[in-house]
Amino acid sequence: MQIKPILAALRRHKSGTILIALQIALTLAIVCNALFIIEQRVSRLSRTTGMDETNVIAIANRYVGPGTSFTPTVKTDLAAIRNLAGVEDAYATNSYPLRNGGWSMGVRLKPDAKKEITSTTLYFIDDHALKTLGVKLIEGRNFNAGEVISLDPRNSTSLPQVIITKALAQKLFEDGKALGKTIYLSQEGKPSTVIGVVEKLQVPWVGTWAGKFDQNAAMLPAILDSNYQNFVVRTRPGQQEAMLKALPKTLYATSRMRVIPEETGIRTFEQVRARAYETDRGMAILMGIVCAVLLAITAAGIVGLSSFWVGQRRKQIGVRRALGATKNDILSYFMTENFLIALGGVIVGSLLAVGMNQWLFTRFEMERLSLTYVAVGVVALLALGQAAVLAPALRASRVSPVEATRTV
Amino acid sequence: MFAYYLQLGLRSLRRNPMLTALMVMAIGFGVAASMTTYSVFRATSRNPIPQKSDVLYMVQVDNWGPENTEKGEPPDALTYIDAVALGRAKQAHRQTAIYPIGPSVIPDDPSRLPMRQGAYAVGADFFPMFEAPFLQGGPWTTEDDDKHASVIVIDRKLNDKLFNGGQSVGKQVNLDGRLFRVAGVIDEWNPQPRFFDVVNTGGFDDPPGLYIPYSRAVDLQLPTNGNNNCAKDPGEGWDNYIRSECIWNGFWVELPSKADAVAYKRYLEGYAAEQQRAGRFSWAPNVRLRNVMEWLDVQHVVPPESQISLAVSLGFLVICLVNTVGLLLAKFMRRAPEIGVRRALGASRRTIYAQFLIEAGTVGLAGGLLGLILTGVGVLGVGLVFPKDIARLATLDPTLILLTLVVAVAASLIAAFYPTWRAAQVQPAWQLKSN
Repeated sequence: MQIKPILAALRRHKSGTILIALQIALTLAIVCNALFIIEQRVSRLSRTTGMDETNVIAIANRYVGPGTSFTPTVKTDLAAIRNLAGVEDAYATNSYPLRNGGWSMGVRLKPDAKKEITSTTLYFIDDHALKTLGVKLIEGRNFNAGEVISLDPRNSTSLPQVIITKALAQKLFEDGKALGKTIYLSQEGKPSTVIGVVEKLQVPWVGTWAGKFDQNAAMLPAILDSNYQNFVVRTRPGQQEAMLKALPKTLYATSRMRVIPEETGIRTFEQVRARAYETDRGMAILMGIVCAVLLAITAAGIVGLSSFWVGQRRKQIGVRRALGATKNDILSYFMTENFLIALGGVIVGSLLAVGMNQWLFTRFEMERLSLTYVAVGVVALLALGQAAVLAPALRASRVSPVEATRTV
Repeated sequence: MFAYYLQLGLRSLRRNPMLTALMVMAIGFGVAASMTTYSVFRATSRNPIPQKSDVLYMVQVDNWGPENTEKGEPPDALTYIDAVALGRAKQAHRQTAIYPIGPSVIPDDPSRLPMRQGAYAVGADFFPMFEAPFLQGGPWTTEDDDKHASVIVIDRKLNDKLFNGGQSVGKQVNLDGRLFRVAGVIDEWNPQPRFFDVVNTGGFDDPPGLYIPYSRAVDLQLPTNGNNNCAKDPGEGWDNYIRSECIWNGFWVELPSKADAVAYKRYLEGYAAEQQRAGRFSWAPNVRLRNVMEWLDVQHVVPPESQISLAVSLGFLVICLVNTVGLLLAKFMRRAPEIGVRRALGASRRTIYAQFLIEAGTVGLAGGLLGLILTGVGVLGVGLVFPKDIARLATLDPTLILLTLVVAVAASLIAAFYPTWRAAQVQPAWQLKSN
């Protein structure tokens, strides 16, 4: 391949060369990081909760009035909900996966240990919860109705029995065998014995800060004696629409002294999920649009400048053709020229991409860019350059040798 | 001459519609992306109370010590003990403790359902400090604070719902079965970011509907509706809770001059030292006094999504500009013979500059108009990426419209600078000869 003459020619078109290379470099830097952001967000929002999410409805309920104990009211409400024909099961809790608000607590294996081993979320549930959530119990047993107590949330949160997730069991015990062992859920707290292990259950938060313990959940058998309760309801198949209407009616019929917020009071779990990952999905879409438009504009820029160059060099092309160069020679000349420029661009661009990621890393605690993304970006941009230059290069190869004799 | 060059420019743009469209689109997309993300950034980084932001300070006192804090930064809230001690000391011009509560209003009309309200427990100074706009009545008095009085300030919306917007000062409001006398009604008031409660709202939330005295709220054992953090188990019951080292209170002071701020900081250090001597803290005084903008900055009110997307779209704009430079260069240099003729006929370099910059300016203006439309679409789409409390703050107001056009034209002129310079360098003799 005749690289030397190409380099010599490029030296006479410094500004155009630099402009294309610069554009490719900047595009690479942004596209790499945007793709990386997309991948992170998408992998975050495609996590599963461990629940069977279809046919689940979540209700946010706040009792009104200066009541001293709310537990009896909660029990009455639960009985009314479970009595509905379209309801399979239901329970009351402080929080559930993806709710974006709940309790986190450090877990210890010794009560006097200064440092906690890991963090976990606390779900206060009853014996109906596992069935309602559709969570799979893989070891031990469920709570029984007699173990479920009424608990003042301002008091100690430790209870004698606890069910934990497999992920938490594996973090706490090297062999992952937690059944029958004792854990401590607060520094001065009482011991809790692990009576069951479930396969998987996600924490309420989806943010980065909870990423390190997003599968660590500890379930305790209690109804929190608080005026704020979440009811989680599993409806019978095909009954969801009807139950969305029937549930508030039933609750208000039991007692009017409550507030169920209009917009967020009663939601299907699909709505809960959509709301939880709204920002992640939006960010991924935004970055996707940015990538697409950016690549289109860069391609268009290459087409524009290359066409200009072809137009400028018609006479030289004619001379080369007259001297015996084939159409293919001309075509490959422009393709190679573009490849060389793009190569310069992607080398600078790779450095820029890593630099930009470094900035995002220090500023926003984003993860390190994996070099696969840079490699993919490099290949994509080189291919884009070749594709963009193809049309002008073909036009150049069609320049007839007669051009050499013209004066323009 | 300007009109003539404009005409020339338009004609030249028409001669090459593909290239022109490409430039207009590049500028349009670049500007629209930047302006849309800027509208969010502007909304989240703005000063919520510009006239007083440098005399209002948030107080932090480290009651947890180096073991439970990170990088020496004191916790972002106070204990009840500290909030009350600082409130009693009255060392500032004005001061208020604050925490969010979640009461339900029970309407007198039994056919209506109870309503839940965003609400705060605050001191009497809260209202003049933060310039809450009163429609009727006024704030309660500091005597009401001291007497733990059952008084309430409601906002216009709640007044509309409960009293049909009529005079309500002196009337009663039923909160969870307890009666409060209305001291005043404020207009709809929702400074964003909500600097006085960033910790619990992240800065953006629906307007609070009512306010009651802090002292009364604590009497009623109303728990915080926001974050409560305990380094240790507080023990059982409300009395143990408020005597514990659990943090859940905000504390704000108004200090009219820099000297006041220095004096107050010294007072805080003295207070912490006193606690250390009393054996409550086993570490040296570690206090902070931050004004509104410093506090918003420390609390990272601007969401990372906003900053990242702004940075990415500014990079996008730069790429569009580089692209435009290349296309303009191609376009202008193609007309080298024409330039040569004009120069030979006596046109100065300056007139060449004028002609080509005006042409580029037209492209910029067209790009700006396209950018404006796209920004409009973008602002509507902000809700797809950002929470609704933030999305509704991003609006296409006159400032943003003007900014969009100015940025588009300025960007295209900057992009045109190098190609125009090249055009002006065209040697008339050489062009004429080769023809």
